Amino acid sequence: MPTLVSHPDEVKVISRRFGQGAANIDKYLELDGYKAVQQAIAEGPEWIINTMKASGLRGRGGAGFPTGLKWSFVPKQSEKPKYVLVNGDESEPGTCKDHVIFREDPHAVIEGTMIAGLAIGSKLGFIYLRGEYRYLLNIVEKAVADAYARGFLGKNIFGAGVDFDIITQTGAGAYEVGEESALMESLEGKRGVPRIKPPFPAVVGLYGGPTVINNAETIANAPHILLMGGEAYAKLGTERNGGTRLFGISGHVERPGVYELPMGYNLKKAIYEVAGGIKDGKKLKAVVPGGASCPVLTADEIDVGLDFDQMAKAGTMLGSGGVVVLDETVSIVEFALRTIAFYQHESCGWCIPCREGTDWIKKTLTRVYQGGGSKKDVDNVQYLAENMMGRTFCPLGDAAAMPTLGFVKKFRKEFEDYIEGHKAGTPIITVQQLVGAGH
Amino acid sequence: MSEVANTIFSPELAARFDHLVTIYPLRRSALVPMLLYAQDEIGYVSDAVVAEVAQRIGLLELDVRNVLSYYSMLRTKPAGKYNVQVCTNISCMLRGGYEILDHCKAKLGIGHKQVTPDGVFSLEEVECIGACCWAPAMQVNYDFHDNLTTIKVDDIIENYRSGRPSETGKDTK
Repeated sequence: MPTLVSHPDEVKVISRRFGQGAANIDKYLELDGYKAVQQAIAEGPEWIINTMKASGLRGRGGAGFPTGLKWSFVPKQSEKPKYVLVNGDESEPGTCKDHVIFREDPHAVIEGTMIAGLAIGSKLGFIYLRGEYRYLLNIVEKAVADAYARGFLGKNIFGAGVDFDIITQTGAGAYEVGEESALMESLEGKRGVPRIKPPFPAVVGLYGGPTVINNAETIANAPHILLMGGEAYAKLGTERNGGTRLFGISGHVERPGVYELPMGYNLKKAIYEVAGGIKDGKKLKAVVPGGASCPVLTADEIDVGLDFDQMAKAGTMLGSGGVVVLDETVSIVEFALRTIAFYQHESCGWCIPCREGTDWIKKTLTRVYQGGGSKKDVDNVQYLAENMMGRTFCPLGDAAAMPTLGFVKKFRKEFEDYIEGHKAGTPIITVQQLVGAGH
Repeated sequence: MSEVANTIFSPELAARFDHLVTIYPLRRSALVPMLLYAQDEIGYVSDAVVAEVAQRIGLLELDVRNVLSYYSMLRTKPAGKYNVQVCTNISCMLRGGYEILDHCKAKLGIGHKQVTPDGVFSLEEVECIGACCWAPAMQVNYDFHDNLTTIKVDDIIENYRSGRPSETGKDTK
């Protein structure tokens, strides 16, 4: 039951139908629904891909890969069937934007899936939602059924001589499955363990066929981009970062919520103006800017634009757009422990640096948190995290190491003070609970 | 039309499974959803569920168990009729997720992954459920409850206890 929010600085593209009952197919049609896909059928694959390229849209799951380029990598001729796979396994802590899309505008996801299918010459798309999102799966399944009933899906869609089917799929609880190759494994009925790359999914993906896999927000942008034109969409954002995106601002702000802001929008403004500033008039301590895996920014570092390149320059990542705001009462030691506890729980265990690294960092930080740490522990944590970086099949190892490195490097003094008995912040976790987390 | 006789599932679920195994390019793709839907009906993934799902898809029971053990929502023991899942990940933690968890523990008299003696409630501390902007949040079975306070939690639990969950969970039905 997401509460919808709004702010005058928002630029509504993907969220333009939110709050208008667009899960209903008639309402969706009234609001320009299924026009883009018909245009896509008329104009053909090259036009779709060129428009997507011109839009500057980059993957909204977190990696920020240019979508048009990704679609263009799929070979035109293929002996095996090609597939479109929509990643709705939204699990990055701090991220709830796809939740709102599935609830408020499921047909945009369906239409985007069809457009991606037309672009690469695929006849079958999958929409995969995390298992916890059952009520959203029900909404999406109803939307898919309605689209079939109108002849928008199935054989000879829109009477245009093209076939396209969509299968909806539920996960059953696994952060790791949000990684593209692990998602394909899960969809093939296996443990969600990542595959080695190359080959990349565009060449060998689902069932061994060429596959385009995109985040749900990325896919849902496609119909809007085709309707407004690639250049017009690109202009809303900054250079090399086209358009707008959904930012979920959570934690210690007055008005948490999912806001659609232009790419490059200033992070400080997003926190202080859009989300209403720090809750209860407290002071800002730190911001995790794009989901739990992004290195933390201190209060002095937030005067930066929210796009992939500016965030990279600031030493962090735009990630999934989940901005988590920490006020002065938060203990970074505790926050770092809670973060690594999550990744330790979610590590699939396939790659040793990730499996062992997350576990030892969690153990070490638990000891520090309990009051038994030494200054050497901080070095050990940093050493462990540095040795996980880039040494695993999938990005989960990096996702655990990067925030850890951010915490111990930027707040080293707080860790050392904590170890010496000067504890900053108000502790809220008891270790027994933490050890039990999620098991 | 089912190839599997003596189903342990309701006729509706059996029919659904008959269909589900046919829609994918590979039959095995039905495995994860089948385990979850079976659990929804039976309460957990019992040995009998494993056996029948394996037979329906044409896998070894070992293959099914191998997948089963990977996914955190799948369980091999019964939970309560209402499984209360409190998120304590970062966004919820910052807005009182641990307080909500502690409150649930005290109110239900059970800890993480435990079931009340009457079998009505079970409790789990869970990782991020994707309700970060409406934190703190929890799920009872599949229903989301968010912007929680301890008072609101009392109300929600009482509603489930008295069989009126729809009053709080209605917009997620």
